Amino acid sequence: MAKRIDVSGLSAYYGGTKAIEDISMTIEPRSVTAFIGPSGCGKSTFLRTLNRMHEVIPGARVEGKVLLDDENLYGSTVDPVAVRRTVGMVFQRPNPFPTMSIYENVVAGLKLAGVKKKSVLDGVVESSLKGANLWNEVKDRLNKPGAGLSGGQQQRLCIARAIAVEPQVLLMDEPCSALDPISTLAIEDLIGELKERFTIVIVTHNMQQAARVSDRTAFFNLAGVGQPGKLIELDDTQRIFSNPSVQATEDYISGRFG
Amino acid sequence: MTTATSTADRSPAPQLRRPLTAARLPRWAPAGIAVLSIALACAIGAGAGLASHLQWGVIAALLFVSISYGVAAKVEGHRQAKDRFFTSLVWTAFVLAVVPLVALLVYTFQQGSSVVDGNFLNHSMRGVLSSGPGGGIYHALLGTLQQVGLATLIAAPIGLLTAVYLVEYGRGRLAAAVTFFVDVMTGIPSIVAGLFILSVWNLALGFDYSGFSGSLALAILMMPVVVRSTEEMLKLVPNELREAAFALGVPKWKTILRVVIPTAIGGITTGVMLAVARITGETAPVLMLVFVSDSINTDPFNGPQMNLPVYIWQQYGYNNQYSYARAWGAALVLIAVVMGLNLIARGIARWRSPKTGH
Repeated sequence: MAKRIDVSGLSAYYGGTKAIEDISMTIEPRSVTAFIGPSGCGKSTFLRTLNRMHEVIPGARVEGKVLLDDENLYGSTVDPVAVRRTVGMVFQRPNPFPTMSIYENVVAGLKLAGVKKKSVLDGVVESSLKGANLWNEVKDRLNKPGAGLSGGQQQRLCIARAIAVEPQVLLMDEPCSALDPISTLAIEDLIGELKERFTIVIVTHNMQQAARVSDRTAFFNLAGVGQPGKLIELDDTQRIFSNPSVQATEDYISGRFG
Repeated sequence: MTTATSTADRSPAPQLRRPLTAARLPRWAPAGIAVLSIALACAIGAGAGLASHLQWGVIAALLFVSISYGVAAKVEGHRQAKDRFFTSLVWTAFVLAVVPLVALLVYTFQQGSSVVDGNFLNHSMRGVLSSGPGGGIYHALLGTLQQVGLATLIAAPIGLLTAVYLVEYGRGRLAAAVTFFVDVMTGIPSIVAGLFILSVWNLALGFDYSGFSGSLALAILMMPVVVRSTEEMLKLVPNELREAAFALGVPKWKTILRVVIPTAIGGITTGVMLAVARITGETAPVLMLVFVSDSINTDPFNGPQMNLPVYIWQQYGYNNQYSYARAWGAALVLIAVVMGLNLIARGIARWRSPKTGH
């Protein structure tokens, strides 16, 4: 189910501005890969190129190749909508649909894709909410609005919504940065469970979090303000945090800059 | 005080420290000052023999503002006095805005309520002497509802789709041009819209007077209002919701239909209803395109119809006590219809708006 991602020579632009330059990396299936780096280095931009969400922004474009098990996401015949069904995403701020109940939020992806059978949807709601460790908290109020939950619960609802469409890769853009430590812990535990089923890529500003949840860590940096971000190194998380091969990585991790 | 002196030793500028408590006017002070100013204004007005009550009102307003400032300056100090001064100005402006509105409602009710009854609502003017009592507005009410309904059926979908285009798809010159023409259309005088339909629909294409031809002109007037309000409402939908839907693999058109529009539907409905309220009161284009009729015509596509604003204009023109009463009655019903629509719109907006509570 989980798929490997091979990125080669990828650059992304916002209009005339180059945001990231010439990134190549391999993301292993059934593992958690964390992206760290200072603000503005293009972590989130790179993440969004992995499910073709980058091009949603007017004027944004991408060069290079992203192979998902040998299939180029940027091939001329590839439908971005199909890509996003395969590569799901969780955002920085919890964004449940305000007009929908908890139940409707979870099945939104399926329902909008045309799945109508009540029995199927009921099953998906239960399994997704259980998968997101939210079932016990909301099972008695599935028909209440999703926006009435706490921030941490909303974020887990968004994760449930993302895994309900059975993606193969799950991208997470700073999923805990708007949450308190308890909710963060809940989500980190969840990431540990989800990696059995999905390839997970997580952007985080919290280096302890990267060290806790990820198997591999990629460090991004930019040469200066206005310069495009680049991948500095990608290695096992253990190595990145104990013995990185590039000096800049060590400086960043040890808090000498950034 | 001992702590004050001990900290004063260390503080570089002790003279800048101010006490945290100060004299305050009681909570009823603004109301009291208002009553006092009105009483004083009445006394001055009566004493000086000013005939116009408008002058009394101006005196009361001036007294209210200046007494508020003076008393506050005396008791509370300079900064609070400025605050009271502007607060009293705002209140005066509020009263100034509300008085004509309330006066209009009250006066229309006084004048019109005597004729509005069941007979008035379900009879037309067919066979009723224009100078005699009796008759009703059924034909005009029916015409208004049909013409406005048809205009809404034409203008609301087009306006909604235009707004969706502008917010979700429109880029570059076409979108800029559409925005520009919508702005221009907002400013079209209603008589010009009427003349346009008259020359195209009735003269060039040869159609006869009908409720529908009036609806076309009303639709032209309504469309830009719907576009503008819907556009603003769609812009208020956070981009994160669109991205969330895209990230679930939902196509763009479905995202707009199932996520963006439902989130904004409360505001969109309100906007459409306000546009409806606006065109309900239009007289000129309807007079020109629907003509007038004293009989009930249930077919908006054939023959002249009536319409409440035109009815008011017609009855006023008959120039006798019975027709005046009918005109006021029709005005009252017109206001009630528009108010009812607004209330319905608010109800829908509240019912459909995104829920956050438990």
